[in-house]
Amino acid sequence: MTILLIAVAILIGSGVATLVVCGNTRLTTLFGAGGILIGSVVGLMPSVASLLDGKVESFEFPWRIPGGSLHVQIDPLSAFFLIPVLALSALAAVYGSDYLRSYSSTKRIAPHWFFLSIFVASMVLVVVARNAVLFLVAWEVMSICAFFLVTFEHEKREVRVAGWIYLVATHLGAAFLLAMFLLLGRHANSLDFDLFGVAGSLSPAVCGIVFVLALIGFGAKAGFVPMHVWLPEAHPAAPSHVSALMSGVMIKIGIYGILRTMTFLGHPAQWWGPTLVAIGLTGGLLGISLALVQRDLKRALAYSSIENIGLITLALGVGLWGITSGHTIVAVLGLTGGMLHIWNHSLMKGLMFLCSGSVLHGAGSKNLERLGGLLKRMPRTGVTMVVGALAIAAVPPLNGFVSEWLIYMAMLHGGLEFTGVNRIVLLFAVGGLALIGGLALICFVRLIGITLLGEGRCDQARHAHESAGWMTAPLVILALLCVAFAVVPGILVAAISNPIHQVFGLSTDMALPSLTTLGTLNIVVWISIGAVALLLLIMQKRSKLVAGSTWGCGYIAPTPRMQYTGQSFSEFVVSRLFPRSLRPKTSVTIPQGLFPVEASLSAEYNDPLSRSIYRPFFDRWAGRLAQLRWVQQGKIHYYLLYFVVVLLLAFFWLTFRKWVLS
Amino acid sequence: MYQLIDPILVAVLLLNFAALGASQLRTVIHAIALQGVLLGVLVVVAHNEFTIWAVLMACAAITLKGIFIPRLLFHAIREVSIRREVEPIIGFIASLLLGGLGTALAVLFSNTLPIAQEHVGSLIVPAALSTTLTGFLILTTRVKAITQVVGYLVLENGIFIFGMLLVEAMPFLVEIGVLLDLFVAIFVMGIIINRISREFSTVSTRNLSSLKE
Repeated sequence: MTILLIAVAILIGSGVATLVVCGNTRLTTLFGAGGILIGSVVGLMPSVASLLDGKVESFEFPWRIPGGSLHVQIDPLSAFFLIPVLALSALAAVYGSDYLRSYSSTKRIAPHWFFLSIFVASMVLVVVARNAVLFLVAWEVMSICAFFLVTFEHEKREVRVAGWIYLVATHLGAAFLLAMFLLLGRHANSLDFDLFGVAGSLSPAVCGIVFVLALIGFGAKAGFVPMHVWLPEAHPAAPSHVSALMSGVMIKIGIYGILRTMTFLGHPAQWWGPTLVAIGLTGGLLGISLALVQRDLKRALAYSSIENIGLITLALGVGLWGITSGHTIVAVLGLTGGMLHIWNHSLMKGLMFLCSGSVLHGAGSKNLERLGGLLKRMPRTGVTMVVGALAIAAVPPLNGFVSEWLIYMAMLHGGLEFTGVNRIVLLFAVGGLALIGGLALICFVRLIGITLLGEGRCDQARHAHESAGWMTAPLVILALLCVAFAVVPGILVAAISNPIHQVFGLSTDMALPSLTTLGTLNIVVWISIGAVALLLLIMQKRSKLVAGSTWGCGYIAPTPRMQYTGQSFSEFVVSRLFPRSLRPKTSVTIPQGLFPVEASLSAEYNDPLSRSIYRPFFDRWAGRLAQLRWVQQGKIHYYLLYFVVVLLLAFFWLTFRKWVLS
Repeated sequence: MYQLIDPILVAVLLLNFAALGASQLRTVIHAIALQGVLLGVLVVVAHNEFTIWAVLMACAAITLKGIFIPRLLFHAIREVSIRREVEPIIGFIASLLLGGLGTALAVLFSNTLPIAQEHVGSLIVPAALSTTLTGFLILTTRVKAITQVVGYLVLENGIFIFGMLLVEAMPFLVEIGVLLDLFVAIFVMGIIINRISREFSTVSTRNLSSLKE
């Protein structure tokens, strides 16, 4: 525990140090990136130890805030989340040191490094806090730091708008969390997590309310539909290493919150599992469908994060369902799959966002319709991006497949062992999961196909350059980890057995038999891929190569504009499969007559929920509240007078209440 | 030493009226400086014994409220050559009457509050409330930026007195009170550096309304 606190101190200290040396860009980067790197590596040691040994260490220090105490603790559940937080932060910091270089001449980067260090430190604190006040303080610091990180390029209007949407969404969520902790605190008579746990005596109704509040409050951070609208706004607006951190680990902290809340509530109720399954399926289907129509690379990845959070929720839901219905094998497989997918998704999504940053850096755009042919120009970014995309699409010899395999196994076991309606519902859910998987495959083939293959669709893409070593090294490390995780699933499942045992009291041993063959299979596939690659390489060496343009097809005057575009690639699925509300709003003028005339096509990619629900709702209320604008007189005396009037009214009411009421 | 609390609080209340009724800025600042010193003494008295912590808090309060901030204010008057008169929106007599009304209300109101047994009958709550109200009155009815600072100080003194109720239970609140003082100090320095006068060529907050929307 002491070592972890030292890591937090290093993170905070390096953040402050960057502000001290803010004049010198080189020193700022050194302190910022170096501090996060060292702090993360130091913090990883106790986390790994705690995860493997199942040790629980705590540290308590009185705090002057009423109800608060500086009570922190590391247990397997915390360690399970600390590891991706620290590992991805270290890689993102290394990546960011180079990514920010192009901004250093026009912007001050010291505040960015400051907020990044504090952001990492606060994520660590959220995960280890064992007191509601400390937790909420760390939670708020995390949210606010993320706001400042997202609004790095605040001179752009859309970035400011994205920042505000994120800020509003996260604070609405925090309000529900406050209510939840107050409710728990009132029943436990303390705001310490240890005493919440004792409250196994909570009535089922209170447990239910707490669970719903947790779903809304933590779900807003995790990106549950319909609270997901901030993700597709904030992720594209933020610098790429920040999006990687937010999508890779910050939204998982929402899942952590839900798991931690479950440890307070004792045995899960009957309806929790099906509720989570429903939330997960909705999120998965909506997320991947919308990812499929996006034109912006990072927006598509943000929607894919919503989908993956949906998969995690779905898996945990199936696990809970298994627990409450007494089918241990279903529970173990579901929970293991869900937890493993948390780790896997941090890797894959971190990798994909860092790759998209590298693409933006090298080709100057993240708009699919302007990219193309980058695999030739940016080989390291391109290859790692292919690995990441295949992993997210759950293609076999990669890690995404392993966790989805476990989820499928859990659901199919459930379909066999459950009875009555439950069985039918679960089998339909398997269909939903398969649909999500298919759409994900189309989505990621589209993303990498349009970005990496073919010819560049604009000049900048045709003259793209590979990013420097500091940016590509983290990509290579993440891609290798994706491969490694797929080869040794058994070891990973053994490693995450402690947190699952801690939260749900189950052993993961039952999940192991289904994985050994999978690991072997993955190794065999990798060896055959290597053999085929070697063979191709040898054949390439022998034969004479003629360079021509991709998809040249013998045209006399081919142009890159003749390629498939991102929109045309997904057009079939979108127009045949999706309901009208999910399609992008398009307006087309089709040329008529014999001779070439002007034609146009424009499409709007707003989120359907914010387009049809949130925007009208907020617009209506903004219109109504505008009538109150006369209150805004612009004179400080009036504002103070409002205070006085309210204060006096409160005085009068409290003083004369007795006479008025009697 | 508990019996000393009430006389001090009476003096604090009288100083409120002095701050409301005085027409010269200099007098007003002297009044709140004296009020600050009295509050510092109050910390020791309320602790009922000489602990090092209490004396330290008292010294901090006296230095900040009684010496440092008043000096800054005088400095501000000289530096920015603010005219020496208070510019009230409503007359001095009306201010005094409202202040008196506020104090009466505060006494009435404090009788209805559920207060711990040892504080019943003490002047702490009425004095705190009436000082807070006086602070608000100064804030709302005076034009100059510097009188806004004075109003804020008086308001904050009211909160400080309220903190005396909790001095044993929650020393934290009292410390936060001292922090608020630091905030005032920075506020005043801001006026000395004097954004208002440079940007808008006047130190009157009336002109801030051009910032509306």
